[in-house]
This record gives sequence, C-alpha cells and structure tokens, in this order.
Amino acid sequence: MTGNAASLAMSLAPMAPAMAHVAPAALASKPLLAVENVSLRFGGVKALSDVSFDIRAGEIRAIIGPNGAGKTSMLNCINGFYRPSSGHVALDGVRHRHLRPSLAARNGIARTFQNVALFKGMTTLDNIMTGRALKIRSSFLRQLVRHGAALREEIEHRRKVEEIIDFLEIQAIRKTPVGKLPYGLQKRVELGRALAMEPRLLLLDEPMAGMNLEEKEDMSRFIVEANQAFGTTITLIEHDIGVVMNLSDRIVVLNHGCKIADGTPEEVRCNPQVIDAYLGSGE
Amino acid sequence: MATEANTFPKLLLHHASRHAGRPAMREKRYGIWKTWTWAELLHEVQSLALGLNEAGVKSGERVAIIGNNRARLYWSILAAQCLGAVPVPIYPDAVADEMAFLLAHARTCVAIVEDQEQVDKLLSIQDQLPLLRLVAYEDPRGLRDYPQAGFLVSLDAIIARGRELGSGEAIAPRFADLAARTKGDDTSIILYTSGTTGRPKGTVIAAGRAIKAAAATVAADGLDETDEVVAYLPIAWGGDHYLNYAQALVAGFCMSCPEEPETVSEDMFEIGPTFYFAPPRVLENLLTRIMIEMEDAGRAKRWLFDRFMTVARRWGEAILDGRPVPLHGRLLYGLGEALIYGPIKNVLGFSRLRVAYTAGEAIGPDLFSFFRSLGINLKQFYGQTEAFLYISAQPNGEIRAETVGPPAPGVEIRITEGGEVQFRSPGQFVAYLDDPERTAETLTDDGFVRTGDAGFFDRSGHLRIIDRAKDVGKLQDGAMFAPKYIENKLKFFPNIKEAVAFGADRQFVTAFINIDLLAVGNWAERNGISFASYQELAALPQVYDIVRGHIRQVNRDLLAEPTMAGAMISRFVILHKELDADDGELTRTQKVRRAFVEDKYAALIAALYDGSQSCFVSTEVTFEDGRKGRIEALLAIADVDDASARAEALAA
Repeated sequence: MTGNAASLAMSLAPMAPAMAHVAPAALASKPLLAVENVSLRFGGVKALSDVSFDIRAGEIRAIIGPNGAGKTSMLNCINGFYRPSSGHVALDGVRHRHLRPSLAARNGIARTFQNVALFKGMTTLDNIMTGRALKIRSSFLRQLVRHGAALREEIEHRRKVEEIIDFLEIQAIRKTPVGKLPYGLQKRVELGRALAMEPRLLLLDEPMAGMNLEEKEDMSRFIVEANQAFGTTITLIEHDIGVVMNLSDRIVVLNHGCKIADGTPEEVRCNPQVIDAYLGSGE
Repeated sequence: MATEANTFPKLLLHHASRHAGRPAMREKRYGIWKTWTWAELLHEVQSLALGLNEAGVKSGERVAIIGNNRARLYWSILAAQCLGAVPVPIYPDAVADEMAFLLAHARTCVAIVEDQEQVDKLLSIQDQLPLLRLVAYEDPRGLRDYPQAGFLVSLDAIIARGRELGSGEAIAPRFADLAARTKGDDTSIILYTSGTTGRPKGTVIAAGRAIKAAAATVAADGLDETDEVVAYLPIAWGGDHYLNYAQALVAGFCMSCPEEPETVSEDMFEIGPTFYFAPPRVLENLLTRIMIEMEDAGRAKRWLFDRFMTVARRWGEAILDGRPVPLHGRLLYGLGEALIYGPIKNVLGFSRLRVAYTAGEAIGPDLFSFFRSLGINLKQFYGQTEAFLYISAQPNGEIRAETVGPPAPGVEIRITEGGEVQFRSPGQFVAYLDDPERTAETLTDDGFVRTGDAGFFDRSGHLRIIDRAKDVGKLQDGAMFAPKYIENKLKFFPNIKEAVAFGADRQFVTAFINIDLLAVGNWAERNGISFASYQELAALPQVYDIVRGHIRQVNRDLLAEPTMAGAMISRFVILHKELDADDGELTRTQKVRRAFVEDKYAALIAALYDGSQSCFVSTEVTFEDGRKGRIEALLAIADVDDASARAEALAA
C-alpha cells in the first residue's frame, strides 16, 4: 500500500491556511445519528462487524480506511440502502427497525455516489430540481396545469435551485445536459442535487475521486461553506488523506470491517493501529 | 443628443428626466435578468453617491474600482463622478504587487471591489497603502468572518445608508447640488494602460472631452436610446469605458452585464445586442465554434452550410455594402439567410446587430469577410486610450480588411516624415498621471499625440497601419521599408510559412522564405514530384517558381500603394531549414527574432546583395532530442525579375 503511505505522509505536512477548517461548536452537541454495534454480512463475507460511532449535528465527519474496509457499506447502512445484519442506526435517538432510503430522505439525509448517478440526458438545472421532489406540495395534476399555488411553488423551488447554482458557481452550465460535462463538474452538480434537498445530514461518497488539485480545492471550499453557511452536517468518505485531515472535525477509521480508531485528525494521525493499517505492520 | 451636459452625472439626470421608463442597465442574477430604468438607475446611483459621501469620499479623491462587469461597479464609477471624485478602474486579474503599485501611484483612498478574492489581495498589501482607508465589497460571499472595523464595508450597507439620506426623494437636493457642481474640465476617469515596456501609465481623461468624442461617434453610427450592448470587456480597458459606458450615457442606450465571465455567449444570445465590439481573437473563437458545430452536424446540414457559404462569399458583402447585385444572387442569398445565415446569427446573439467593430490587431481578411458575408455590419477602427478612443474608423459601405478607415469624426491625423501616425482627437487625454516626462514624450509641441505606429493613407483616403514605427526603416534611396507589412503579405499565401524581409539602409529589398511543408508537399504529391525531406523540396526549381509567382503578386500589391512602391522584393532565397525556436531563430510565441537571424545568416544576406547566384551555408541545428548537428546546403538565390510587372503597373 505504498500509495496510501505516501498520501498519509503528505497529510503530515502543514496545510494551506485557506483550507484550514475551524471546528464549529459541534463537538459539544448531541448526536444527530448514532451507529450502534452494526454488523453486515453478505453470505459468508463479513463487510462490517460491530461498528459503533456517532455523528453530531453541525460537524464534518469523515470515514476513512483502506480499500475494502467497508466504508461504502457503512454509508449504505446509514441511509437505509442496506439493512444491518445486527445492530441499529438511530436517527435523533430513534432506532428505526426498517430504515429505507425513502425514509432516510424524508428524515433529511441526502447523499452523493462514488460513481456519479445523475440523469445524463437532463440539464444541470433539471437534475438539481429533482432534488426538490420531496419538498413539492402541490398535486401532480395541479403541477401539470401550472397555475396558481402550483406555479408559485415551482417559482419558489426554482429560486432555491438558482441559489444553489450560484453557490456552486455553475451558472455557465445551467442548461447543459450533464452527460456532456466533464467529470469534476458532474460531481459538483451531484452535490447541488443533494443540497437542493436542504438536508440535515449530507453523505458524500468520495466527492473528490478523480479530480485534479484545483477541482479538489474548489470542492473542499464548497463542502466547508455548505457546512458553515447552511449548517449542514456532513459525513464523507475520501481517499485523499490530506483533504480529510483538513476538512474533518472527527474521523472514523475502518479496516476489514472493524472500527480501529475514532477521534480528531490529530488523534487518528498518531494512532499506531491506523499507521499499521495504512503502512502495513512492518516486516 | 439635445443636451449641453458636459459630465456623466448631468447625463444621468438628463436621461432620467427625458426617458425615465426606458431600460438603462440590466444584470443577470439567479438566472433572471434584472432591469433598471433610467429613473431607477438614478435612484440607485444617488443612494450610492450619498452613501459614499457620508463615508467620507470627497471631491478630487481617487476611488479604485476592481472587478468584473457588475452593474454596481459601473454605478460606483458614476457615483464617484457625481462626487467629483475620480474613479480608477483596475483589471481584476492584476496580481497583488501590481495592484499595490497602481493603487499607490494613483493615491487611492477608497477601493470598491467585487468579491473576497479582491478583498484578500488588498488586505495582503494593506501595509504598503497608508492612504487606503476604506474597502467596499459588492459580493459578501465568504466575507462573513472578516473583521469589519470600519475598514471593510459592504456596498449594500453604503447604499442603504445613502437611501436613508436621500429619504425617498426622486432627486435629493444634496445629490442635485453635487451633480450640478461637476464640471467639464474635471478629470472623469484615470485609465491605466498596460504598456508593453516599462511601468503602466495612468491616462487622465477629462469629462467634457470624453462626452464630446462619444457624442460624435454616437451620431456617426446612429446610436440612440433603443440600442443594447452587452458589457463583457474589462471595465478597466479604455475600449469598454468608451464604447459601453460613455456611449451608453451619451446615447441613453441600455448596457447589460453578463451573469459570469463564462456565460457571455448565452447572455449575448438572450440580450441580442445591436452594437458590438470584439477583438479579432474573439471573432476567431466564434468562427472556430461554428466550424466545430458544423463538423458535428448531419450530412445534409453540412452540405447546405457549404453550399450557402459559397453564395455568401459571392454576394454577401456586396449586398451589405449596397452594391448592385443581380436578381438571382439576391434570391439565393435570401434563401441562405432563411436557412443558414439567420440561424447562425441567432445562435451567436447577432440577429439584431446593426453595428459591430473590431480593432486591436490586424484581422485576417478571411475571418473579416466571413462575418461580413453573413450580413453582419462588421467594421474596423483604429484607436488608443490616449485618443479616447477613435483615431480612424470605417464608415458603412467603405470596408476593406487591410485599412482602418478615414479619420474618425473630429479627429485630425498627420503622417510624419518618418511615417509615424500622429493625431489630435476630441477625446484626447490630458496627461499621464504624475508623469510629465512620458507625457512630453507622447505629446508634440503643437498638441498632437505620437502613436508610435507607422502608417500611411491609401489612394481612397483610408489609413493603413503598417508596423510599430521603430521597426520601420528606409532603403538607401529613402523609400519606406516596413518589414512586417511585407512579411504579412507573403505569409498570406498558404505555401509560405515564414518570411523575413531585409532592406533597411540597403539598395533593395530581399527576403528569406520558409515554405509550408504541408501545403507545398501536398502540391508535390498531386503533381507526382517526389521528395525526401524539407531541404530537398525547398530546393526544387518548380518550388522556386511558385514562390516567385507569389512574390510578384506581393510586388504588384506594393506597387499599387505609392508609399510602399519603393520596397518591392528584388531577390529571395528559400531556406534549407525551417526557422525554429529551438535554434533561437523564433521566439517561443513563433515570432521571428530579426536581429538574431540577421547575424546568424550574415553570409547568406551578403550573397543576396552581391549578385551571387548561389551560396553555401552550414548551420548548426538542434534536434528534438536535444542533440546538435549541422545542415549544409548550396542554396540557390533567385531574382524576382519583375520588369514586366513594373511596366504593367506604370502603364496602369
């Protein structure tokens, strides 16, 4: 795992002040979401075993770990896409027996995907508009007629979407079909769609994968700004350790489906088990 | 323009009373165009001016304006002028050091900037600017946690304060009083010109002169309050300040600010301006965009495009210039307009265009006629910030790619003995700020401005710009020799890739030629002539014949211009290798390093002038992998032998 070793070493270098992130008062607040002793099995394969941690309102929480550590599986459990074999995910202190993605969405959990999952043939504007679907109150029929209250509501949603377009600085691609956009911009549109839900908790699965340095810096800026300006709680999986150390308030480290460390970036950085997992346990 | 207003604030009041309900300015925010009428604009500018006044901005102080084309930055210029303060727009992409120099040089006390990026820059150089006491920002994004402490304020807060002071009145007495006190002799703006050599110069423009100049061109192009422009050029550039700001305030037309610099093409499409300016490189980008779209189009569309572009080339410019065109030409062109030209113009946002200008550098004749043949009234002018702005301009119907037209309204032009263009213009600058030395260098004793460009008037009274004056020399008999002018004419032939002309202080003109391997190689293939290398191809007698033909054509063109006729090319040689940046013969931007070439090939140049028929050269070359080697060749030197052409021309 020499690649990871290199990136970990890089993360020890001091970071640019522009990217430094001051932890908000989140550390003291109560958990928004708690993962309690979650295990996940696929047949004989143990993807997660007995993992517990919490996500506090207002913080940026990172999940890191080597390839195959179970990070995406964890995210899938949090938004109800997978059902844990044992253990629970508690939202606002309430354990949901059958957490489903739809229920998670209604509870204000939005996410983006490792491989961009947008409607390629639709424009940036329309894709972000789909993020508003849960917020729409008028009936389907009224929307079809587009009159009175339904029209006023659509204008209100469009205003919200335009604010997000402005926030993400993607005015120039407003009417471009996303299939035509470069990968970095597609990632940004996907973030836009998740933000359009006005989520309480935003799950980002490798938001910076495949991006160049400049795109990563932009994305980091948007994540920090979303956290600070909208107060959105953010949980992200990311391979670029430098970015993670900069961005996060607290980090959970998974290895082979087990939690091996949990704490602030400094704590995690010094943890011998983490160093082992990334650098290999020596000769 | 039926007003005696001699300052921009007075023009604002004039339009607000004359056509209060007409649009004055637009800006796109959140995907929607917001429009301000002249009455609303007056109200906003009044609030901003009163707010700035309250914040301590006084008459005579300098106010830096830094950012892209945002409506409120234009208001800031106007508001500063209302207070008798002097706006100093600065390019937003200037680095911090450059900005520190400009702000210190202009002694600015207040800066009105667009966003966090500019605020950060100013904060980093704050300690070098003891005079700077207030920074106002337009976009609050990212500035939430910045300590404000009286130094940093949002423009919103200033406008809100001004609105209180104006207490809802259409024209507050305090504002009317301020505007009435502005005078035509006031410095209206200071525009920094980049200056390719040395430090930037602050060009001081007076209000009365600027308005007089703008009034003349507005009248010449028939602009009025119904026109529309998209203000997408840098605010700090004299061209934007003249063409958009000054002309809009004189004619009362509407100026639209794009949403973002990246959205200009969509914004153009949505606004559909009637007046437009673009430097040649922007037009080139548009042409490339059209060509790429056409490559992606289906076969039928491509066929139609090719077919009708031929029609456009044949008749388009004649129809535009109002020359006689046979009926079938008009019918075909009309069909093309419906099928091809109209839709292309629509996509570019050119459908409503009445007048378009290009300037700044020489425009390729093909590029120029492409847009003109589509029915776009594209014209050239020649101008300078020091002239504010026009020196010469092409009137409708007298358009040629190689000239820049007769003197603009109110402008006097003279050509000195040395061939330099000098002018006196209605908008002429007052001085360079705090730089009497360079002001004196630029102004002549009798009040003309030295442009540093060499040019001449052709037979129809149109000005042609040849070269920078310092590059223009003379033959021994005193005839003018402009190397770049001749070389550009040669390079216009696809077969000639590069050319270097010699002749300063010599008896006659000679030239080095590089053939274009692709074009000439193509010709050789079609004619069954085999060749192994560039060197072999370049030495072929048939290739010499082709090049001789091209040079004769250039000589004929030169003969047609009395000023240039003495500089016909007499002898030439086709080089055995391509001039190359790796060998130091070209710059990295592919411009010939004349002095270096002259030195390196001194023996060959001597042979061109001593009558030899051939010359042996041995030159060191650097291969792509960095190894060095030598190329040796016996080069043939050819006479152009233009006696027949000369006689022909004299007879004509």
